[in-house]
Order: sequence, then C-alpha cells, then structure tokens
Amino acid sequence: MDVKRVRDYIHWLYYQYLLVTCSYVLEPWEQSMFHTITVTVVAMVVYTAYVFVPIHVRLALQFFSQIFGAQPDGAAPVGN
Amino acid sequence: MSRDTTELSSCLVLAKGSQDLLFSPVFPGFSQKNGICNGTLYKKTFIEHFEQAPMYVAVFTFVGFAVGTIFGYLRDFMRAWGLEKRNIAEEREQQKDFVPLYQDFENFFNRNLYLRIRDNWNRPICSVPGPQFDLMERVTDDYNWTFRFTGRTIKNVINMGSYNYLGFAETDVNALKTVTIELEKYGTGICSTRQEMGTLDKHIELEKLVATFLGVEDAMVFGMGFATNSMNIPALVGKCSLAPAEKLQKIRFMFNIYSLIGAVLYHRGVSVAATLGLILESVDSLVQTFAEAMHVTQEPVIGKQPEPHYPEALTHYMQSLEKLLREAIIYGQPRTHRAWRKIIILVEGIYSMEGSIVRLPEIVSLKNKYKAYLYLDEAHSIGAVGATGRGVIEYFGMSPDDVDVLMGTFTKSFGAAGGYIAGRKDLVDFLRTHSHSAVYATSMCPPVAEQIIRAMKCLMGLDGTTQGLQRVRQLEKNTRYFRRKLHEMGFIIYGNDDSPVVPLLLYMPGKIGAFARRMLEKNIGVVVVGFPATPITESRARFCVSAAHTREMLDTVLNALDELGDFLQLKYSRYSKSSHPELYEEKMLEPED
Repeated sequence: MDVKRVRDYIHWLYYQYLLVTCSYVLEPWEQSMFHTITVTVVAMVVYTAYVFVPIHVRLALQFFSQIFGAQPDGAAPVGN
Repeated sequence: MSRDTTELSSCLVLAKGSQDLLFSPVFPGFSQKNGICNGTLYKKTFIEHFEQAPMYVAVFTFVGFAVGTIFGYLRDFMRAWGLEKRNIAEEREQQKDFVPLYQDFENFFNRNLYLRIRDNWNRPICSVPGPQFDLMERVTDDYNWTFRFTGRTIKNVINMGSYNYLGFAETDVNALKTVTIELEKYGTGICSTRQEMGTLDKHIELEKLVATFLGVEDAMVFGMGFATNSMNIPALVGKCSLAPAEKLQKIRFMFNIYSLIGAVLYHRGVSVAATLGLILESVDSLVQTFAEAMHVTQEPVIGKQPEPHYPEALTHYMQSLEKLLREAIIYGQPRTHRAWRKIIILVEGIYSMEGSIVRLPEIVSLKNKYKAYLYLDEAHSIGAVGATGRGVIEYFGMSPDDVDVLMGTFTKSFGAAGGYIAGRKDLVDFLRTHSHSAVYATSMCPPVAEQIIRAMKCLMGLDGTTQGLQRVRQLEKNTRYFRRKLHEMGFIIYGNDDSPVVPLLLYMPGKIGAFARRMLEKNIGVVVVGFPATPITESRARFCVSAAHTREMLDTVLNALDELGDFLQLKYSRYSKSSHPELYEEKMLEPED
C-alpha cells in the first residue's frame, strides 16, 4: 500500500508540474519535446552548480579570511 | 446634497480586498471604521473582495503563457512550412494574391491557446437550463479542431453556469399555462418591426407592467437583450456626446470590421453590447474609461489599451470618474474644445466578470454635481438583488428618479428573451421614434412576452402567491451560503457578498482546462473564462447561483470544489475566514472604538 501511495503522490506532483507550466494543454509529442528540453536545462544547471559552486565558495572564503587573517588583533575596520 | 468624493470615501464603511487593508488583525478581508456613520450614502455594509494572489502564482501564470506562446509559434511555423496539415480557414489558391481575408496574426491566441482547451466551451445542452440539465457528449479525435457526438447524453449535470437567478427557466406545466394559451392565440412570429405592424397589445401590457415594477413612468421592450444596448445607445449618444464607462473590463473583441474605428477597445463594466453600441456611434463621440483618466493625456481613448491595475484602481474609480468629468467639462471636445452636448455615464448593476455591484450612491451624487446623465445596465442585477428583486436601485434604497435611463434584460432572471429601457415618459417616447431597434428589428414574440409577464407578476405578488418573494429570498440565502463556504475553504473569490455571480480565480492557463473537465467528470457544469474576457493573469471560473438550486446541490458542488481545490492547488487565499460565521456576523454590528 505504501508503494501505491508514493506512486500516487509522485503522479500528483507530475500533474502539478504539468499544470503549472501549462504543458497540460500540449499534445503528447509537444509534451515530450518540452520535457526533454526542461530536463536538459535543469541537468545542465545542476551540473554547473556541482562543478563550479564549491570552487567559488572556497575562493570566496579564502578572500574574506585573507582580509580578517591579515589583521590578527582586529584593529582594522571590519567590512568595506 | 452632493458631497466631495474624498469626504465620502473616508466616511463610508467600504471593505476592499486591497492588500493594505487585509492586514487588519481583527477581520481578514475587510476593514471597519467606527461602524456605519449616520449621514452616509450607504445604508448597509458594502463588502467587496478583490484579493491578490501570492506572487508565485503570477510568475507561474506568465510561465504558462510563455510556454503556450512558444509552442504556438512552433506550430505556426510548421503549418506555414507545410510540415503540418492546416485546419484553419484560408483563401482559395486563386485568391492568394488578393487582400487577405483572414488575419492570421490576430488569431494567434485563438488558434494556439484557446483551441487547445476549446472543448470546455460551446457545449450543446439538450434540456431546459434549469438547476440541472442534460449535456450532449462529444469527443474530439484531432485535439479540438473538430468534434463528433457520441450520441450519449450526460444526464442531470448540475448547472452552475446559467444566468437562471430566480429559477424561472422551468418546464412545469402549471407555471407555463398562460404562456401556452398565448402561444396558441398568437403563434410565434411577429414578422414586423415595432414601428410598422409589430406592436401588439401584449407589448403594451408588458411595458406598463415593467414600468410599474420598476417604479418609473414608462418603459419600452425590445426583442433581444444585446440589441437593446447596441441599438439604443447610438440613439442616445449622438455626435458630440461623451460616454465614460465605469471600470475596465476586457471584452472579447470579435468585430474585426470596426478595427478601422476602434482597434481593440477594452472596457470593464460595460457589456459587449454597450461597447458595440458605443463603437457604432464612435464617429464623433468619445469613449473613455475612468481609471484611465488618471494616467492618460487628452488623446482620444479609442485605440488605446488601458492597463488595468485592479485592486488599487478600485479606490480610485470614483476619483478618476470625477476627474474625467471635470476635465470633460473644462476642456470640452478633443480638438475643437467645444463643450460636450451631453455626458452619459454608463454603468452596470452587477459586473458579470467580477461579481461586484456598482457604487450607485456615489455615482448618482457625482452625476448630480456635474449634471451628467446616468445609464444603468441592470442585465444581471434586475431580479437578482434588492429586497424584492427590483435591482440595484432598491438594493441601495434609492429612488428610480435618480437614474436617467434604466436598462435591463429579461434573459437572466426572467427566463425569457429581450430587454427593456425605462425611465421618464419623454425619454421612452423619444426612443420609440428614434431607436434603431424599433425601426429595423422585429419585436418580441408574444409567448416570450407572456413569460415575462407571468414572471414579473409572480415577483410582484400579483398572482396571489408569495412565490416571487420566496425565490428572491432563496437566491439571497443561496448566494450568501455559497460565497461564505467558498471563502472558508480558502479560494479567492471576487466581488460583493450579495451578488449571485461568483468568480473563482484560477490564474494559470493550464488549470482552466483541467478544472472544467474535472468538474464535468463529477457531473457539474461550470463556465471558465480566460483572456481576453478577463485580464490575462486572472482567468476564473464563474458560478451563477440560482434560486432553484437546493441546499443539497450546492453542497455537492461545494464538496466537489473542495476536493478539486486540493487536487489542483487552487486555494490561494491567505485569509480563510473562521468557521464560526454567526460570531462573525455579531461582531460586525458592534461599534468599535
């Protein structure tokens, strides 16, 4: 029963996605095209985030720690 | 007795759904200041709701339309390059070099968005449109380009879309006795116009009855409700007249022939018929909308598309109307600056797309101050509001002498066809000679006139029963119950608490089709409306409550709406009222300090 509930819930979520993006009104081949494009774009966004976000975060942390690290006694004004 | 509008607005107990007022801690949905002042124009509370949906809803609505538009362009491209069969109307091969007959671009929305969900409109019914009706089932094999009937009828679909406010659309033999007698006496055809040989004794009887019902001197009836507006406004609004129309309401502009004069004309609060009447006469007269006057220069409005800022504009409508009137009087006609010969303000009793009631006391005080005329189109409100069903004039406790031209239709609350214009005797005499409808249109047929007579007599109590009053009370009860329940469930409902027209906001284009189809599966027939009849982000389902609906039918519909609201995620309201309505009513009457 639990599997059925989960499947129903996922189906409901898919239906909401169809309604919200108005792909509910499209013909099946248009829907397939739309889903392919959407999934591709989302996959690219996720991949880009996975590849670049950690590096950028590390660099940002380095940058800010340099500012604070350079004045160990904290005499310099904080923040520019 | 006329007052400055700003003074009025501060003294009135007006509830608006505008966002700042909704943050009142005590009563979500409206605000109240010291109860009702004694000297105000409004004798009872006037509560209207126009809540705005959360921002993400607007974002997703635009996303939905963007997706639809992109795929529309794709399909048009495929059709233009022969990759797909063309189903639209087009000229013959030999005529391809001629001036185009079919404007492809203008029908873009029609072809690509409306057509995909077209099965929710124009559904043929095969019974009387009472509280329930029978539907002919139809299916489509090619995505709504063509339909075919399966031969089956869907029986007893609950009817939430017909303007059958008082339930007079009935087939009960006893009720229709007099109509059958008249049908056998006169037949159905008149075959003549009012000015030739089409005036029957039935028309005289009906006109006298209408005048008595409304409390005016005289009335004139016409065969078609739409034509009453479109044929008579040109007679009243001639050259050099100004006709401001109350709010902004998008209408479906289907008259390409007038694109020469008006391009697309967007009006709120003026029915298609009135707008057509105005367009027909728009050679020298000017049509302006109130909220526009706040933003635009002195250019003529015809051809402009005003931006509807809906909730904020509400508070500005009276002020913008006053500004418009002042400017019209001060500056006169656009190029010559001659004075306008007359200024007629066109308003509707109930606006059928918003479900709101016109602010008649304020408009009448403005019209008296600036010496303009008032044309009140009571198509939806006659029979449906007011203590005895006499329309918005009775609803506000005013006298019919305040309004110059009372117009209404018999199609909605009286279950017949046709319209009337009533007012002073000299106005009606003028119309008898000058109305386009009296000259060219055939008059109302006698059985229909008899149906109106029997409905009106029932309403007035002249048939010896209290059935008319019972119907009005039942409609009032049904309306309040339905609206209260919908508010409690958390839907966004527009309009006045007393209006039987209930628009439920859907917003996203994908949900329009899904909602209507699923409601039909549950055996409930609803009317959904989208662009261009409504603003593009505010598509809605419009329910028309009827006195013929029983409590069980309303409960069925409400349960279905509850389910569907959860399934389709339509409950956008941030302020569902408490589930103790009695307490709510009591609190309203106590004065606050």
